[in-house]
Amino acid sequence: MAESRNPLAHHFDSLEQQYAAAKLGMWSFLITEVMMFGGLFLGYILYRCRFPEVFAQGSHHLDIKLGAFNTAVLIVSSLTMALAVHAAQEGRKQATLTYLFFTLMLGLTFLGVKVIEYSDKYQHHLIPGARFLWSEGDAGPPQLFYSYYFCMTGLHAIHMVVGAGLLLWLMALTARNRFSPAYYTPIEMVGLYWHFVDIVWIFLFPLLYLIGRH
Amino acid sequence: MKEESAATVNYLNCDYSIRSWLLTVDHKRIGIMYLLAVTVFFLIGGIMATLFRFELSTAAGDLVTAETYNKLFTLHGVVMVFFFLIPSVPAVLGNFVLPLAIGAKDVAFPKLNLLSWYVFMIGGGITLFVALTGGLDTGWTFYTPYSSTYATTDVLSAAIGVFITGFSSILTGLNFLVTIHKMRAPGMTWMRMPLFVWALYATSLIMVLATPVLAITVALLAVERATGIGIFDPALGGDPVLFQHMFWFYSHPAVYIMILPSMGVISELVATFCRRRIFGYSFVAASSIAIAVIGFFVWGHHLFLSTQSVYAGMVFSFLSFLVAVPSAVKTFNWTATMYKSSVSWQSPMLYVMGFMGLFLVGGLTGVVLATLGLDVHMHDTYFVVAHFHYIMVGGVLMGYLGGLHYWWPKITGRMYSEAWAKVSALLVFVGFNLTFMPQFILGYLGMPRRYYAYPPEWQTLNVLSSAGASVLGVGYLIPVIYLLWSLRHGKPAPANPWGGKGLEWTIASPPTPHNFEKPVIVTEGAYAYGEGGHGHG
Repeated sequence: MAESRNPLAHHFDSLEQQYAAAKLGMWSFLITEVMMFGGLFLGYILYRCRFPEVFAQGSHHLDIKLGAFNTAVLIVSSLTMALAVHAAQEGRKQATLTYLFFTLMLGLTFLGVKVIEYSDKYQHHLIPGARFLWSEGDAGPPQLFYSYYFCMTGLHAIHMVVGAGLLLWLMALTARNRFSPAYYTPIEMVGLYWHFVDIVWIFLFPLLYLIGRH
Repeated sequence: MKEESAATVNYLNCDYSIRSWLLTVDHKRIGIMYLLAVTVFFLIGGIMATLFRFELSTAAGDLVTAETYNKLFTLHGVVMVFFFLIPSVPAVLGNFVLPLAIGAKDVAFPKLNLLSWYVFMIGGGITLFVALTGGLDTGWTFYTPYSSTYATTDVLSAAIGVFITGFSSILTGLNFLVTIHKMRAPGMTWMRMPLFVWALYATSLIMVLATPVLAITVALLAVERATGIGIFDPALGGDPVLFQHMFWFYSHPAVYIMILPSMGVISELVATFCRRRIFGYSFVAASSIAIAVIGFFVWGHHLFLSTQSVYAGMVFSFLSFLVAVPSAVKTFNWTATMYKSSVSWQSPMLYVMGFMGLFLVGGLTGVVLATLGLDVHMHDTYFVVAHFHYIMVGGVLMGYLGGLHYWWPKITGRMYSEAWAKVSALLVFVGFNLTFMPQFILGYLGMPRRYYAYPPEWQTLNVLSSAGASVLGVGYLIPVIYLLWSLRHGKPAPANPWGGKGLEWTIASPPTPHNFEKPVIVTEGAYAYGEGGHGHG
């Protein structure tokens, strides 16, 4: 047991103050993330209003089953993440590790499915650029749809990769007994981040896959 | 030289190794690292300006080619905006002063603070790399589709540089926000905070809310530039004006990222040198927040001529007028504070007077430009150039230099030459007006910005402007010399050379590594100079 390490940093007066600062910092960071994704949502909505039919056709080329499966995967991963935070709060080390591991596996599943979807788009010449093929008229606006599809899901996937790295880091720290019921701030902060990335997908899924489908 | 004070351990002499600087998490040292970095960037941006003011002293385009001229003003803009003006007051003075002013040992996230310096340096390095390897000719605004499709310069690297630097700004804003919320000493209630802290709070709000939008905007530009996919490309049905909207959604509030901290500095200086509590303290505090909030709803005044509807133009015009209200609240309250007080005319106070004069002109011409009908006439002329330089250079730099002179004894533990500081303040004020006042006239006469040649009848005014720029350059150079000189030869500074009431003046100059030796308990509001206002400290 390496419990000797003091989790209180030199510039804070108490663990409560340190926890409150971390929490406010994380929420502020999530607000910056909302603004960043917001820029993408803005462009998507603008072009969707400008080319409603083309965007509906674009949605039809996305695999709704894989999208729905991934949505379910992420929702379950949010549950396991919440359970991990709860277990850490109660100081149950083994349970924390298990739940973090499940969360990581679900995150990797999501990314794996995303790889399948991306390669499918590649095979069907739906990657914007010189190889783009579109049989249903002007190839311009559909490229806008796919540009946004890749930018939005791509930025989301980058966040998933970062999240996976953070989960690994948490597992390493948990294994080294760095957390206790008195101090589990990093697990809770990564939890907030993970839920945020899930929520982004909860908006991306209907926006990209569902709207325009009857 | 007598060096009694040097015997005590302070944050500067506690460790001299390079490593102790590069890995420091002390907000005071990080402030100094920012000071060095932004000074270098200011010098680079200044050299660009010197070169194109040389070019513009003759009507013909004879010193540099048109392409080179485009690169000069672009890099001047990019470097000055992103690498000098935005970080100058918050990252240098804010980093040093904020924790001291609220009685904290450090900012809330010291490691993040160091990280944001490195992020800043990486972004700056990439941008300088672009400058050295062919330059950039899009203007600092990166307007599409020129930047995304037609420009032959290295837009991609420049966009990446700006993208990365944005995160430095986001991290600093986030850090300050949490610091102000969670790190205040017992008794330091919100309405007891110094107005500089209020200004930094408003600034941090903008940094946190607006900068991510710039990040995604230049990221989309970089993606489009790198892969050729259409996002802002009209050939594919994309909308270049969307880029302008997204760009100005950040870049107009960014002007308030620059000016608000300077306004905060001015509040500190006025209180100290008038020995008085700022008149209408709560209104001045609230006006910072008001400027930050209203500032988010005025970006459309950059698009009066960019296919925006006249109706939208009218709304944005009206909202832009509104910013003048909290700005005027500040100016009037500073003036009211000075009224019938015993002002001591030390050098920082001269910078305050410079700020007030230049900000007044810049602010009022801003109201002129916010007027929809007038802007159609003035759009993209030197009138606009003169207006925003009065705010961004006149206002921001006066505040920055005033603050630097005010806190210099605290930062370095040394006093500088008061006489030279006064000469410099005067030169900057005279040189600035000589540079930019003729540009108002040139703009009103119709001289468009961003051209390297012009009709001969405008030469006199342009020569005046270039001459003013020389005076201004000297005015900026002198402080570099006497401030550096003070490090070795300046008199050791007392703890409170100006009679300031802030917590930073209650501790040694320079402070010890952990700022406060005893726990701080605040029992009175900011600027507690006693009743009546005629007191002498």
